[in-house]
Amino acid sequence: MSKALVISTNSGLFCPQGNFYIDPWRAVDYALITHAHSDHARSGSKAYLTSKSGQHVLRARLDPGAVVESVPYGKQITINDVTVSFHPAGHVLGSSQIRIEHKGEIWVISGDYKTQPDPTCQPFESIKCQTFITESTFGLPIYRWPSAQEIEQEINTWWQKNRDEDRASVIFAYSFGKAQRIMSIVDKSIGPIFVHGAVHKLNEQYTASGVTLPEAKYVGELEKKADFKGALIVAPPAAFESAWTKRFGDYSSAYASGWMRVRGNRRRQSIDRGFALSDHADWNGLLQVINATGADEVIVTHGFSQPLIRYLKETGKKARGFKTEYKGEESELAVANEKLAEARDQDIEADSISLETGEAEIINESEK
Amino acid sequence: MKDFASLFADLDGTTKTNEKVSALKRYFGKVSKSEAAWAVYFLTGRRIKQLVKSGQLARWAVDEAQIPDWLFDDCYDMVGDLGETIALILPSTDAHAEGSLDYWIEEKVHKLRGASELTQKAIVLEAWNNSSDLERFLFNKLLTGAFRVGVSQQLIVKALAEFSGIEARIISQRLMGDWNPTPEFFEKLIDTDGGSADLSRPYPFYLAFPLTENETLLLGPAPNWFAEWKWDGIRAQLIKRNNEITIWSRGEELLTDRFPEIVEEAAGLKDGVVLDGEILPFKEGDVLPFQMLQKRIGRKNLSKKILDEIPVVFMAYDILEEDSKDLRDEPLRVRRERLDHVLSTRDKVESQQEFMQLQLFAPCMTQLSPALRVSPTMQAHSWEEMKTIRDTASAMKVEGLMLKHRESKYGTGRQKGFWWKWKVDPFTIDTVMVAAQPGHGKRAGLFTDYTFAVWQGNELVPIAKAYSGLTDEEIKRVDAFVRENTTGRYGPLRTVKPTQVFELAFDGLQASTRHKSGIALRFPRILRWRFDKPVAEIDSVDSVSKLIPQTHYPNGF
Repeated sequence: MSKALVISTNSGLFCPQGNFYIDPWRAVDYALITHAHSDHARSGSKAYLTSKSGQHVLRARLDPGAVVESVPYGKQITINDVTVSFHPAGHVLGSSQIRIEHKGEIWVISGDYKTQPDPTCQPFESIKCQTFITESTFGLPIYRWPSAQEIEQEINTWWQKNRDEDRASVIFAYSFGKAQRIMSIVDKSIGPIFVHGAVHKLNEQYTASGVTLPEAKYVGELEKKADFKGALIVAPPAAFESAWTKRFGDYSSAYASGWMRVRGNRRRQSIDRGFALSDHADWNGLLQVINATGADEVIVTHGFSQPLIRYLKETGKKARGFKTEYKGEESELAVANEKLAEARDQDIEADSISLETGEAEIINESEK
Repeated sequence: MKDFASLFADLDGTTKTNEKVSALKRYFGKVSKSEAAWAVYFLTGRRIKQLVKSGQLARWAVDEAQIPDWLFDDCYDMVGDLGETIALILPSTDAHAEGSLDYWIEEKVHKLRGASELTQKAIVLEAWNNSSDLERFLFNKLLTGAFRVGVSQQLIVKALAEFSGIEARIISQRLMGDWNPTPEFFEKLIDTDGGSADLSRPYPFYLAFPLTENETLLLGPAPNWFAEWKWDGIRAQLIKRNNEITIWSRGEELLTDRFPEIVEEAAGLKDGVVLDGEILPFKEGDVLPFQMLQKRIGRKNLSKKILDEIPVVFMAYDILEEDSKDLRDEPLRVRRERLDHVLSTRDKVESQQEFMQLQLFAPCMTQLSPALRVSPTMQAHSWEEMKTIRDTASAMKVEGLMLKHRESKYGTGRQKGFWWKWKVDPFTIDTVMVAAQPGHGKRAGLFTDYTFAVWQGNELVPIAKAYSGLTDEEIKRVDAFVRENTTGRYGPLRTVKPTQVFELAFDGLQASTRHKSGIALRFPRILRWRFDKPVAEIDSVDSVSKLIPQTHYPNGF
C-alpha cells in the first residue's frame, strides 16, 4: 500500500507530505478549509487557505486579522511538493472538496457535500481519486430526500396557506447556508420575507460574495408593531420557542432539516411542520458520489459512519473510519442523533487510534 | 387513500387544536360515510386484527429496498416505529394511492385474511409500489397497529360534535364500546334524531386528577367533599338495560363474561341502571392484591378453582342512570343517595350501614361476600382530619383517597376541579442504573428506558424498569452518559457502568419471576438523579422488601 496522504491526528486531518491540515479542530500552522461551518473552520491557526468563493464567509467567521488566502475552484497549486486543488462540494457557499495529489496518488477530502441543486452555491463536482474521505451525516437508507421541486412546493404551499389564513410563517433553518437556500427557492410572490439577525449577518456575506438573494428585511430593524401576517420569517433553530418569536403573534412554525425525514424528531419538539431539506447527501447520494469517484478505499469521517463503512465493505469496497470532531447538520436534534452515530463509531475507533498514537504525536511535537 | 393521507398530513402538520378540529370537519364533510366510519375507527385508537406478522413485513421491505438485515435494524433503532421505518426505506415512487380509505381496507387489507404468504406478499407489495411515502406509512400503520397522531379522543368528539351539531357527550357515548365501522354506524353517530344512546353503550368515564399535599388548601372547606377509598382494581361500568347485564372496563373492553359472580348479583338490580365502580379481588371481607386480579383476568377458562381462589366484587361508587334516565347532571350527593337506594332495594337485600361498618373497622373480618357493594363515603371536618383518614390507606390496602365534591356532576374524561385522587406518599428507594434502551415514537433515538438494580449480597440485581420522571434536559444527560459508559450491547439494550444512582418512587411490591431480585415494583418512576449518593449505599433486596408489611404480598411470596 502506498503511503497515506491524509492521516487522522489529535488536531485534525493531516497531510504529512504537504505539512498542512484540513479542517483542523485545534490551532495549527497551516489549515486548508473545506467550508466555513464552525465545526470545520476554527479560529487560532496561523494561516488558512480556502476556495475563492468561500473567502468572505470564512473571514467573517474567524478572528479578525486571521490570515486567509484563497484559490479559485479547479486551480492547482503546489504545497511542499503536493498538488492541491479545491472543487465545489455543493454544501454551502464556498464549500469545497479538497483534492491532493502526490507521486501519482490522489486523495479527495469531501468535507460536507450534497448532490441536490442549490441556487446559492456551485453544484457538486465529481472527482476521480484512489482514496475518498467522505462524511456520512445521513448515512442510513431512511434518509432519502424528496426532490428539490417537491420540497420547494411543500414549503410554498405551507407559506401560502398560512398567508391565506392571515398567519405568519416562521421557518427555522441553519443560518449559514440553509437559510439562504430557503430564501432563494421560495416563491417570493407569496409575501414579504424577514430574517433573524444571525441570518441577516450571513446574508450580507453572501451578497459580498456575489450571490443574489431576494429582498429580506432584518426583523431587528423593524418597529415593534410591525405586521408579520402573511410573511415568511427565516430564523436559526436557536430562536425556536424563544421570546424573540412572540412578536409574530399567531404563526405556524417549521423546521428545515434532514432530520425532519423522521417523524419522531419533529414531534419531540412541538413544531408544526418539518421539511426534509438538507445540505448533506442522503444515503443514495453518498453511495452515488462514492461510486463515481472510482476510489479503491473510502474513509468515513462523521455521521452514521459505522453503517456506511460496513455497507461499503459488504459490497466489496475497502472502507474504514477516521474519528473527527465534525458535527454534520447542526441543531439540537442533530446533536442528539450525532451522539448515537458517535457511539456507533466507537467500534471503528481502533483504526484511527493506531494512527494517532503513531505519527501524530511526533507531528504535535514539531508544531511546538 | 388520498383524502385520508391529506387529513393525516393536516393533523400532523399543526400543533394547534383548532386547526386539527377544522381539518377533521373538512374531512368529514368531504368523504363518504364508509370512509368516515373507518377514519373515526382508526383515529380513536381502534385497530384491526393484525393479519401479517411484523417480521414478515420487515422482511419484504428489506427485499424490496435491497439492503442487509442489520442495516434495517439500525434504521429501526433510529426511527422507533416499524411502519415508518418500512415507508422510509422502500424505493421512492411517484405513485399515489388511488381509491378511498374504505376501499383500501376492504379490497386490500381484508383480502390478507387467510391468504397464503405469497398472496399476502403480492397484496402488500402492490400497495407499497402504488403509494407515496406518507400513504405507505399509513397503510403500514393500518396493518400493524393504532395511529397515534396527536389527536385525542376528545378532539375527535369535538370535531364530530361541531360537524353534526350534536352534543359532545352524546357523540362521546355513541363512540364507546364495541362498534363496527360501517356507513350505518357513522350515520347513526351523527344522527340528530338518534334519541337516547345505544342500549349496550357505557358512558364516558369521568376521571380524577392527581392532587398534591399542599393543594388541599385550594379545595375550600373539607366538609364540601366526600372521600372514598381509592381502590386498586379495574374501573368499570355495570349496565343493566332491557334486563341484560354488561360490564365495560375503562379501556372499553367488554368484561361481562369474566365476572359471572357480579353478573349473577346484578340480576337483582332493577332495570335501566348504570353503575360506576371498581372490580376488586375480594375474599372473606378482605381486598386481595391487584396482582391476583391480573392472574384471574389472564385465565382463558374460569375454573371453579380460580373462582373460589380469587372471587371478585363490584365496589360501586356512582350511579349514572336510573330508570333509564341519565343522572350525570345531578350533584354527587343526590347520585350517592340514589346509589344507596338502588342497591339496598335490589333483591337479596343487605344492610348498607352494617356493611360500611364492617368495611371500615373490621376489614379482615370473615363474612360471605356479596359481589355487589357500595364503596363507603367518608367526611371530615378539616383537611387535617382528612389526611388522618388518608394515612390509614395502607392498612386498608388501598392507594389513598378519592376526593369528590358533593355537588359535582359526572363529567367526561380527565378534568380538573371536582374529582381528585389523593394517593398516600409513595415508597422510595435508591437504585443504580445498569442498562438502558432507546425509546420509541417521540423518544426514538434517545436512551430513555432504563433498568435499575439494588444490592443482593455483593451482586447488583435488576429490580425495576422506569421510563418517566426525568426532565428533557436530564434525559439528554443520561443519554450522553449511556453512550459514553456502555459496557455491553444486547440488541438495542446497552448495559452501562453501574455508577449513576437514582431515587425511585413506587406504590407497592409484587413477587416477580421476571426480575432477578424476585420483586417487582408497582408503578416505578424516577424521583431524582442522586449525584450525592455512592453506589455502595443504595438499597438492597432485603431493605426493599422490608418497606411493606408481608401481608401485602400475594401467596407464596
